[in-house]
Order: sequence, then C-alpha cells, then structure tokens
Amino acid sequence: MNELRSKAKELLDSKAVDLFIGYEEGTRLPRPLIATSAEEADRLIFDERCTGNLAVYLTRKDLAAGGRKVGIVASYYAMRSISRLLDENQLREGAVKVFGLTQDGGLTLFEAIADVKQYLQETPAPSRQVEDEWAKEIAEMSAAERWKYWTGELSKCFKCYACRAACPMCYCTRCIVEVNRPQWLQPWAATMSNMEWQLNRVMHMAGRCSDCGACGAACPLGLPVHIIAHKMTEIVRQNFGEPTETGNVLSTFSPNDKENFIG
Amino acid sequence: MNTEFEPKILAFVCNWCTYAGADLTGTSRIKYASNVKIVRFPCTGRIDFMLLLKAFAGGSDGVIVSGCHPNDCHYTSGNFHARRRWIVFRELLDFLGIDVRRIQFSWVSAAEGAKWADVVNKTVDNIRALGPYTEYRRAAEYLAGNEDVLLKEQEVTQ
Repeated sequence: MNELRSKAKELLDSKAVDLFIGYEEGTRLPRPLIATSAEEADRLIFDERCTGNLAVYLTRKDLAAGGRKVGIVASYYAMRSISRLLDENQLREGAVKVFGLTQDGGLTLFEAIADVKQYLQETPAPSRQVEDEWAKEIAEMSAAERWKYWTGELSKCFKCYACRAACPMCYCTRCIVEVNRPQWLQPWAATMSNMEWQLNRVMHMAGRCSDCGACGAACPLGLPVHIIAHKMTEIVRQNFGEPTETGNVLSTFSPNDKENFIG
Repeated sequence: MNTEFEPKILAFVCNWCTYAGADLTGTSRIKYASNVKIVRFPCTGRIDFMLLLKAFAGGSDGVIVSGCHPNDCHYTSGNFHARRRWIVFRELLDFLGIDVRRIQFSWVSAAEGAKWADVVNKTVDNIRALGPYTEYRRAAEYLAGNEDVLLKEQEVTQ
C-alpha cells in the first residue's frame, strides 16, 4: 500500500498523470478516490474489499476525457474493461497508466494498455464460481419457475439505474431509457419494464461485458442483475467463442453461425 | 357467440423476401389463418429485439419473425446479423423465464407463398394451444399485483 501511495505521488508530482483513480477508506466500505495532488494520494488504499470496477471513471467527460492523463488501480476484470474500452476507441493509448492487481495479490504498473492486454492473455481469469453456480441453478429451473424467480426479484427494482452507472461499458451519452420518441421502456417501475431494462442493458453488453459483477454489487436492493450479465457472457462464449478485438459480437457475423430454432 | 380463444399474432417480416412471399400467398389464393398482422421492415437486420417485447406488452400472444434465407439478403448480410442477435436474445429470454415458444423465427423467400401460409397456420395452432400470454401483459401493468396495497395506502384516514 505504501508502494502504491509513493508511486501515485511520484506520478502526480512529476505530472506523468493529472489524476489518480483509486480507493480511500469510507464509512463502511472503501470508496473511490480521485486524487489530483500528492496530498490526496496519501489517502489511497487497496485491499480485498476494493471490488468495484474503477474503469467506469475513465469515460467520464469531466474526469479523464479531454487529453488528461490518468493513473488507475484495476482488478483483473477492470483491466479487461480497460482493454475493451481501448478497442472501442474510448481511450487513447498512452493516456492511461494501470496499476493492475496481479495473481499474487501485488500491484504491477503497466505503462501501456498493450501490456495490460498481454497480461490478460497470459493470465487465466479469477474464478467466477459463485456466479457460475447461481446461473446454473437458475438455468436448471423450469421456465415457469424462472419466470417466477425473475419477476419476483425484478418487481423490487425502482429503476435507480445504479447498474448502469457502475458499468464501464455503459458510456453512451444518450441512453435508450432517456429517449421518449419512441418510448422504448416505460419510465415507471413496473415488473415488466424493469425486466425489459435489464434485457436491454445486457443485450447491449453482448460480447463487451467484462463480467466484473459491478452492476450487481452496485444494486442498492442487492438484486442479482450481474447474473444476467454473467449468463450473457456464457451464451456468447458458447455460441461464438472467445470475444475478439475485431468488433463486438453483434456487429459482426459468421455465415457458419449455428442455430436450431429457425424454421 | 364464438368464445374460443383467438390468438393475436404479430409478424415482423422483411420487405424483400417474406413480405413478397406473403403477397404471393395471396395472389396464389392460398387461404391461411387471419390471426396474423404483418409489419413490414426493410430487412430482418432492422428488427430491434425491443419490438418483440413491445408486441407482447401491447397484447400479442405470439410473434413471427421472418426474412430472407441466409445468403439471400437484399443488403447482403442483414439476416446474418439478425440471426446472431436472435441466437443471443432467445437464450437470454429463456433464462429470464419469458416464453420463447411464442416467438417463431423462420426464413420465407419471395417464392415460398405456400410456406408462409404453413408458418402462419402452424404458429396459430401452437399459440392456440398455449393460450393467451396474460403473464407478460399483467407484469407490464403499473400496479400489477399491488392494487389492494396501494389502494389502502391511498385511503384517507378520518
């Protein structure tokens, strides 16, 4: 942690970065800290409680955009998001310095996103056992049980859109839920429009989602919305293999795509 | 009065193949179920997945999505893109417990008038057997299931 602080201070002092995104101690849990000076960098911490995906701040116009250089602390899944954001031209190579959490629990400084990509390729993803089992449990229910489960969960949702705010891939400046010509989703929190919102969110994530689980962690009601995103990752992998850099899954195609439901 | 359940079916079809195919069904004087309303799109690639959900929320009991056979797309690859979207969308719907049996996907070319009649008739039969899709419509209502509670909350206490 001292190493992280001193390195962050050094980067800020030497103007190698304009701001540093990390965590500080919060009331109950650590909270994000956006440090712009060495004094602020003194409050940085990083431990196993820091589970969010800080990459979400990289596309914020008021923070990282506009040519500012950024240092950021990132878990494995946040590094995946950063790599994806570069592929989608949302980041410039050279503008981001990543402190990646490596398997041994230490932090490694990646000077370029190309190095992050290489690390991601060489390193297996941390286990997602809880999500795997949860999704499997739901998939094994009957259709009627699944309907009951999800309407039961999503009827509680009051549409705060924390799942959207927490997601590094939800960077559209104009979201489908804010469009009212046509009104794709009813703005009130009815069960079905809540479900339709999740369907929209996750469909737009197809092949792009890093499966970090930040959407579920951000939900103030603790609804398992990250399980839907996790399922989407599984569906994409089963049907189209590992995501590639050439485009997201739905903006491309293969004449050999297999399905068994079109008559 | 006939009290048998008549399914309402909305068909999203592409202009170049299935719409022309449905035209051929008519000019060939082939009779088919009248439960279907056809909505014409430029291409299957244009059919947003939200439209299918809107159809269910708006009262459809079943949906048909149909377009050109693979490699026959007027825009070269619209149906390939659509196929990918459907693969993903269908599995996701199923995971959330939405009844995917009510969505019939098919390829119907401009020469397959008889096939179009067949697709519609089969879909109508299937949906007739499944019954009206009330769960979806009910869940789309603002107060679904909470009418009594909310009525009580709104009561003015003397």
